[in-house]
Amino acid sequence: MPYLSLTEEEKKSMLGQIGVRSFDELIKDIPVSLRDPKIVLPSSLSEPEIQDLISKLGRKNTSTRDALSFLGAGSYEHFIPAAALEIVGRQEFLTAYTPYQPEASQGTLQAIYEYQSLMTELTGLDVSNASHYDGATSLAEAALVALKHTDRPRLLVARSVHPHYRETLCTYLAGTPYTVEEFGFDGKGNFNREEFAAKLDPGVAGVIFQTPNFFGNVEDLDGVSEKIHANGSLMILTADPLSLGLFKSPGEWGADIAAGEGQPLGLSMEFGGPYLGYFVTSRALMRRIPGRLAGLTRDADGKRAFCLTLQAREQHIRRERASSNICSNQALCALAACAYMTLLGKKGIREIAEINWDRATYLRGKIAKLKNFEVDLTQPIFNEFRVRSKRPFVKVEEKMTAQGIFPGVLLESFYPELKDQFLVCATETKSKEDLDRFVEALAQC
Amino acid sequence: MLISQDDRLSFEKSKPGRRAIRLPEERYSGEDPLKNIPQGLLRQTSIGFPELGELDVVRHFINLSRKNFSVDTHFYPLGSCTMKYNPKVNEWAARQEKFTALHPLQDATTTQGMLQILWELEEYLKEISGMDRFTLQPAAGAHGELTGMMLVRAYHASRGGSTRTKVLVPDSSHGTNPASAALFGYHVVEIKSDSHGCVDLEDLKQHLDEHVACLMLTNPNTLGLFEKNILEITKLVHQHGGLLYYDGANLNPLLGIARPGDMGFDIIHINLHKTFSTPHGGGGPGSGPVGVKKHLMPFLPGPLMERTKKGYAWASPSPQSIGRVKLFHGNVGVMIRAYVYLRVLGKEGLRKVSEAAILNANYMKEMLKDVFKVATEGPCMHEFVLSLKSFVAQGVHAGDVGKRLLDFGFHAPTVHFPLVVPEALMIEPTETEARETLDLFIEAMKEIALEIATDPERVKTAPHTLPVRRPDDVLAARKPILSYRDQVREKVLLAEAVA
Amino acid sequence: MDFPENLRYTKTHEWIAVQGAKAKVGVTQYAQGEISDVVFVDLPKQGQIVQQAKMAAVVESVKAAFDIYAPVSGKITDVNKALESNPGLINQSPYTDGWIFELEFSNPAELNALMTAAQYQEVVRQTPKH
Repeated sequence: MPYLSLTEEEKKSMLGQIGVRSFDELIKDIPVSLRDPKIVLPSSLSEPEIQDLISKLGRKNTSTRDALSFLGAGSYEHFIPAAALEIVGRQEFLTAYTPYQPEASQGTLQAIYEYQSLMTELTGLDVSNASHYDGATSLAEAALVALKHTDRPRLLVARSVHPHYRETLCTYLAGTPYTVEEFGFDGKGNFNREEFAAKLDPGVAGVIFQTPNFFGNVEDLDGVSEKIHANGSLMILTADPLSLGLFKSPGEWGADIAAGEGQPLGLSMEFGGPYLGYFVTSRALMRRIPGRLAGLTRDADGKRAFCLTLQAREQHIRRERASSNICSNQALCALAACAYMTLLGKKGIREIAEINWDRATYLRGKIAKLKNFEVDLTQPIFNEFRVRSKRPFVKVEEKMTAQGIFPGVLLESFYPELKDQFLVCATETKSKEDLDRFVEALAQC
Repeated sequence: MLISQDDRLSFEKSKPGRRAIRLPEERYSGEDPLKNIPQGLLRQTSIGFPELGELDVVRHFINLSRKNFSVDTHFYPLGSCTMKYNPKVNEWAARQEKFTALHPLQDATTTQGMLQILWELEEYLKEISGMDRFTLQPAAGAHGELTGMMLVRAYHASRGGSTRTKVLVPDSSHGTNPASAALFGYHVVEIKSDSHGCVDLEDLKQHLDEHVACLMLTNPNTLGLFEKNILEITKLVHQHGGLLYYDGANLNPLLGIARPGDMGFDIIHINLHKTFSTPHGGGGPGSGPVGVKKHLMPFLPGPLMERTKKGYAWASPSPQSIGRVKLFHGNVGVMIRAYVYLRVLGKEGLRKVSEAAILNANYMKEMLKDVFKVATEGPCMHEFVLSLKSFVAQGVHAGDVGKRLLDFGFHAPTVHFPLVVPEALMIEPTETEARETLDLFIEAMKEIALEIATDPERVKTAPHTLPVRRPDDVLAARKPILSYRDQVREKVLLAEAVA
Repeated sequence: MDFPENLRYTKTHEWIAVQGAKAKVGVTQYAQGEISDVVFVDLPKQGQIVQQAKMAAVVESVKAAFDIYAPVSGKITDVNKALESNPGLINQSPYTDGWIFELEFSNPAELNALMTAAQYQEVVRQTPKH
């Protein structure tokens, strides 16, 4: 059997040393009626067989490398530096446990600390945790922080926030005394200022925005944090971290918590996960942060050392009164993001944001010229934008898929009123030829 | 200084003008973002990322990695964590571009291979656990517990059971159990362990009434014992209208031997990153699929998969579904690894895993019992707990022994847990370790016991051979320095930190 | 170990020093030793109403969090802000600089149920050492 080391002889001698005659004596506490259930599983595969099977299953997929993909909507196709892949593949990171023994985990701890440092730089906020599951759950935890911190019962969330995030939030809060209320968006897809202001009352614990929002619009949040703070509420912002190379950071917008999806920072799309929930707050909320935090200190010899800190917040100490129940996080994904951001560096993070903006801006301009499609050229965007098809989108998609193009994500399935509208995303992975090919194919629709 | 020991932060190695990655220079739009984008939306503050060359970055991280213990380099006898070997073919599979380059919202017709893996993984988990349906969405064990508690709540609510406000957990449970239950306002009640370390049936009966929503149980429990009264426990809780939740952290020793579903559990989470061999990644990602019996199926988070004549597809969720608990479909990369593991084990391998895990644990326990007090009597399952209470007189605590083990090249066992055992050291060897490794560990433990008698200081101040000695965690918590920004602000820069 | 005579004590190891209608509250020297190095104190809010034997503050060490119960019911009139920057005061001088909060008690009769120094010392003596 692979992965097992004991020989039959060893087993026999070990049973003898334990002082039992048979293995069954070791499991005598298990009621006989429960033992040896019938389990239907396929037969064991040898290594060549499993490799062959996986290759065959892989061939049943059309990946975004096989096709020309313009899908975004919360999962983005970006290049990943080869060096980042090598770093993440390093087995000493991959197969390490949670760094509860700091002396044996300085590598992981320093990497987490550097990840936290990079995230505070990027978001313009003070304290980053070591990672959360993903954007949706991180945002839900941010909402919980706001509810607890303000001791108020209601949350406001913009309807232009990712539908999966809003659904997760509602799942988390269902059956609790807390409620979520949404405010809508205007014709351009930006949050509705009047509705937001009207719903902001003393019962509101926090207000959640996304920028670029689900439609790809960079939201103008001017004056928003002032209103929210005057009301004694917290502002929670979820932003594509890559967009922050160019656009205003959560800190600059006055947000109290930045919580969202870190997948664009060097993680592959992987059919939806594992991704990286980032969670960064102002210093005032430091002790309410869910999950692990790495901190800098000194060792017994006065040498710099890192360790997990403020652990009294966490479930293994606080049990039912912990700030969150999270234990396992997405540490390796945070390492990937850390390597990615370090490789990009100060100039690279800005350039990559500009290139994304450039590709999407170019593509939007081209699509604007097509007679069967409409776009709003005046709306500030990052790497994704909304297109309205004058023909049924399903027809368009069918035609495009046949040519090996994934044209975008249909908005109608999330917002029934946005009939035949779809989201198109173009990142640095698209060449001019790719973009032109897409436009030509659309022109035929 | 050796370059390999340059442990400055990347920020401290930065030099203006250095670059690692070259990006395309050509712009297609002909537009200048600084002119085209409204000024008010543009970032005004600079981003203080470090500036390094590619070699600098690679060397930085590779040298960091060398300061870690890991399964590939060290033995981790970590109780309840199941640090088994992470097979390389799992990694090979998960890194195939045919999976990594799949977008989660692609049309199902373009992802049939991927969906088949998820479908079959669910089928295998159902078989192994004896449950009727799984959601693969939860990202980790605790996230599975959270999902489980939502299912409990939804189930009782559907039956008009809003007075069910109590969740029972044994006092030996993982901290995530009470934390998960409390998130939904459940009143957490601890059930005592009896003198053997199992659920005290009398105490359980005392707490069973019409207010009980659920009992959360780890079986084998965190003392490494199979709850021999399990059938009575599940019967009692069911008689009072409560549900049974199975914390799958310790599923490893039951593979092919017994199934939680047959024991009477209604809900279960499985830690793919424990029992199913996926790597811990320094803390995550894990994956915590949640399985249920038929009566709870309508409440599962959506979307679930379905198999039709046309192939695999995502089904629309049932109207009673609690809703999604995560973005997209869960930690798929972890699921691919678990799938590969299960295909390699196959029906022939399943039981060999649990048998070897149990055998290894009992062997270690037997070899150590003359030197250290074992917290329980009789055989254990895949793990056991030592109580080091007798060493407290010499000023040595369980944590100290864990630290000293690091010097011998072993990761510390789980220390000070479970809470019901004073000075607990919880040891789980897993099935993948060779007997030679176990013997080396046993030898190290015996040597440490001798040291405690002859030179306790050596143990109390361990480790002595690692990149750092014990960090001052009191200083870290009193004056939290959590980022380079904090360092700059608090002026805790390198020279001072070293001084 | 020190058990000042002028204080009253609880089974949960808080002390209370009565001055007129108000009283200061902290943890005993024995308790601070059990807690070990205090790294953070979650102080109650000014004006907060607390109930006898119910949680009023939390004292954290690196490895644990301890609930501090109000010895008597009342309204919080002051908190020890010095603990925010120097939580170790609880370890250094638990009975003086390490006080945690001050309250105006609402039911003086509750004071009668509290222990004297001698009674508390007996409680500590009988507490098993781990």
